Amino acid sequence: MGNSYQLIIIGGGPACLSAGLDATRARLSTLLIERAIPGGQIINAELVENYPGFPHGISGAELGSLMEQQATKYGLEIIMAEVEGVEVGEEEKIVHTSEGQYRAKALIIAGGSEHGKLGVPGEEELRGRGVSYCATCDGAFFKDQVIAVVGGGNVAINDALFLTRFASKVIVIHRRDQLRATKILSEGAFARPKIEFLWDTVVESIGGDGQVRELGLRNVKTGTESKLEVSGIFVAVGLRPNTGYLEGVVALSQEGFILVNDQMETGVPGIFAAGDIRAGSARQVSSAVGDGATAAISAERYLSSI
Amino acid sequence: MAEPLSVDDKNFNEVVIEAKTPFLVDFWAPWCAPCRAIAPMVEELAGEYEGRVGFGKVNVDENPKAATDYGIRSIPTLLLFKEGKPMTQIVGLRSKAELKKHLDATLT
Repeated sequence: MGNSYQLIIIGGGPACLSAGLDATRARLSTLLIERAIPGGQIINAELVENYPGFPHGISGAELGSLMEQQATKYGLEIIMAEVEGVEVGEEEKIVHTSEGQYRAKALIIAGGSEHGKLGVPGEEELRGRGVSYCATCDGAFFKDQVIAVVGGGNVAINDALFLTRFASKVIVIHRRDQLRATKILSEGAFARPKIEFLWDTVVESIGGDGQVRELGLRNVKTGTESKLEVSGIFVAVGLRPNTGYLEGVVALSQEGFILVNDQMETGVPGIFAAGDIRAGSARQVSSAVGDGATAAISAERYLSSI
Repeated sequence: MAEPLSVDDKNFNEVVIEAKTPFLVDFWAPWCAPCRAIAPMVEELAGEYEGRVGFGKVNVDENPKAATDYGIRSIPTLLLFKEGKPMTQIVGLRSKAELKKHLDATLT
């Protein structure tokens, strides 16, 4: 049967490509199902500076593409489809996708996570009209303008630093009184005159008539509400795991991440999870790649035991 | 197989607004990674919907007017026109299945 494999990998990010590489080198017939483009979240990163082996950093898009080249070298099959559900049969796992059904004895779920949303009024209506989730895509639309970045993690601070190339001023709005981002990034942002910080502050609304004009803010410590005039807002808060279709299939954490042990095994024999999608992930390219390798080795062990 | 047309500030009116069929415009730029991800899907759709929907691509870097006219500040953005008017705006990377739903909805 053409649609039957030993292993199916769901997702196309670093964890998946790493798993695909190890699985195909172990001569497992392996299919990788990705919804859009191999590479995952990192394809939006201007420069990845903490992945070992690239002392001068590497663009996320290039790193993703190199990982794909390496993974497909040993026969990894890749298809573009949206996964709609997973069914655990007696002998096989069945993956339902927008392009039909695929079957395999083992499954590695590594579909990563998506950027979080603020969930405030105006966000959905003004998306693409000043509300953005991708600084490298949209920064150039905000030349000489005042913009806000929401968040305090690595993505937010990287975005703020990148956006100073275009914007006249970048205001980082963070709900806590210190950054979560790596020290070296934070130091860079503090030293950049164009970047200002609004601490202990959350965005309550995004306003504007067809284009973003102002933000409604609230200080979480004092409760004081205020307005801030900006022409753009880049949202870099949290990540949501892509596990909606997995409820009732594998155990999920309260936040929706997949629970695994240190061998990347879920509670279901033959189903493994790796990368950002699993609970407790360090959410780095390097940790995702490690997870992928572990999951592939566990899958190989499982397949030879059945 | 039909390929998306190259649309620019000069021919936008003629190609998109005066199109006899619904027309999907892909606003993109070379620096945008998700734009590169959505491009092959748009190309495939151009083949699958040949004769029923027109397809074009606007490089916003070289054609700022078209993007400004429609208030586009995020790419990739797909704008679906019907009888010269923008009906549906799809922002960000989506799956091909989702894009097809929007196209089918416009055709009915």
